[in-house]
Amino acid sequence: MSSVLIVAEHDGQTLHAGVARAASCGLAIGADRLDVAVLGLDCEGVAQQAARIEGVSRVLSLDRSENANPVAAIQAPQVAALASQGYSHVLGPSTTFGKDLMPRVAALLGVPQVSDIMSVEGERRFKRPIYAGNAVLTVEAPAGHIVVGTARLASWPAAGEGGDAAVEGAQTDAELPDHTSWLELKSAESERPDLQSASVVVSGGRALGSSENFSLLYDLADRLGAAVGASRAAVDAGYVSNDMQVGQTGKIIAPDLYFAIGISGAIQHLTGIKDAGVIVAINKDPEAPIFEIADIGLVGDLFAIVPEIQAAVEGS
Amino acid sequence: MRKILVTLKRVVDYNVRVRVKPDGSGMAVEGLKMSVNPFDEIALEEALRMRERGEAGEILAVTIGGDECQQQLRTGLAMGADRALLVKCEGEVEPLAAAGILLEVIRREEPDIVIMGKQAIDDDCNQTGQMLATLWGRPQATFASELNLNGDTARVTREVDAGLEVLEVQLPALITTDLRLNEPRYIKLPDIMKARRKPLETLAADDLELAAPPALKALAYEPPAQREKGVVVEDVPALMGMLRERGFLN
Ligand SMILES: Cc1cc2nc3c(=O)[nH]c(=O)nc-3n(C[C@H](O)[C@H](O)[C@H](O)COP(=O)(O)OP(=O)(O)OC[C@H]3O[C@@H](n4cnc5c(N)ncnc54)[C@H](O)[C@@H]3O)c2cc1C
Repeated sequence: MSSVLIVAEHDGQTLHAGVARAASCGLAIGADRLDVAVLGLDCEGVAQQAARIEGVSRVLSLDRSENANPVAAIQAPQVAALASQGYSHVLGPSTTFGKDLMPRVAALLGVPQVSDIMSVEGERRFKRPIYAGNAVLTVEAPAGHIVVGTARLASWPAAGEGGDAAVEGAQTDAELPDHTSWLELKSAESERPDLQSASVVVSGGRALGSSENFSLLYDLADRLGAAVGASRAAVDAGYVSNDMQVGQTGKIIAPDLYFAIGISGAIQHLTGIKDAGVIVAINKDPEAPIFEIADIGLVGDLFAIVPEIQAAVEGS
Repeated sequence: MRKILVTLKRVVDYNVRVRVKPDGSGMAVEGLKMSVNPFDEIALEEALRMRERGEAGEILAVTIGGDECQQQLRTGLAMGADRALLVKCEGEVEPLAAAGILLEVIRREEPDIVIMGKQAIDDDCNQTGQMLATLWGRPQATFASELNLNGDTARVTREVDAGLEVLEVQLPALITTDLRLNEPRYIKLPDIMKARRKPLETLAADDLELAAPPALKALAYEPPAQREKGVVVEDVPALMGMLRERGFLN
């Protein structure tokens, strides 16, 4: 018998799409109780969204001013206190939010954490990637202790939306620190689909050469209803913002269709796209490692090829 | 002057492709080139820059592992750390156990700032910094891409999925580094010579008399699922044709 608590990520308005994916992971554990904890301020709307995830039993809302913004040191004691109320597992999404928070929860509970769960092999047995995805490790969490983990989102489908769970206010008497102040979030506003949930992604690498040249990819992406991603080299060079990085240290994504344009295919990049449906690579170097994992490769100059694709798409 | 503690983990160099042993009992790492975890180099570089700006005094580099890890500590000393400490212990040390050992080091050394890499590129756990900050009862600012000190606070810009987040934490605090915090310096030959004379202390983990925390058991290692070999097409019309065939762009 497992009872799973999932920590919800949200921005105060909208529940992160990863929560429904983490819920799938929770259901795979065989949870007969799957609760979602929403920590926030005036976050009734978010709690309602969580209540609609299929399979969720209850939504516990911890609505208080300290939770206005997500600060791991403030959230962790609350999550650990909730988790101690009889749960066998507590999970978060393996996003920067979950990666920041969950190890704090694990440390408070005095247990190890299973990072990036890609499959569930038993109540305490999980597979997770190591060495930038060069290997998959099966681990077993210690018996007699609560299991803390993060769900690798690209490995899990989103649970459906037909749920109708009750939303309950929850309280903990956890002591909250005041050593951390949240100041601001600077996010690049974009009308384009979200990189982590888009079904088509167009990514560019160092070969783009400038932020101006990235407009080639934006135009194509807009035509295709796609999100735009990038290699680390393109982000480091300042062509695009950090939230667009795909890979080991960026976002791990699983779109149906992925375009890698002017990207060499370093292992750290490939680990971020292994679960993509179809990978298209455009690179002028026929020996580029990206061709080893691409489903469809095209060798040539991206500055000639991308406009041609654009024209072909517009003509159709 | 602020004292800074930096952790350096010995890992297989990021340029080397590591494979699973044929019998699935572990990774075939024997004989491979070993380096300082790239994120930890960034951590040390940040500490060095603080000292160069007059914001920090002593910098202590710490690692946990076997005698072979002295190599990575020597690298750290050559980069510019003042002292190094090897906490000796055999076998895998999981993040929670590492955090417990590092807490003991913190108690002895009383640093004002601890800087660690956000993850080690071998186990990719991304946990130790957060766990240590928690056991220490101090704030954390993970995935830092910019760090500014001001009196007894640090203002840290963090790389998060939605963009860049700014936190202010009171010192002492723990920071973990992201790739864009800085670019680590290259070591020059004279620095390597100089590093030989810097103090490298060792301490047996057993002497710390810490209770071993609950740990994960590694059951099996396997290679990742391979994608099927794809095709190379001649031109854009052929590409478009294949995509349409597979149900895209219709
Ligand atoms: C710890 C660590 C973590 C990392 N994490 C990540 C990560 O999360 N994500 C990531 O992407 N990288 C990551 N990296 C970096 C990674 O190792 C590579 O350096 C990076 O992915 C290279 O980016 P790139 O392919 O854009 O650039 P390059 O490797 O420089 O490749 C550019 C490619 O463009 C091609 N090209 C050039 N001109 C043209 C043209 N006109 N038309 C067509 N093709 C052209 C070239 O043939 C080449 O293949 C990490 C590295 C480390 C050490």
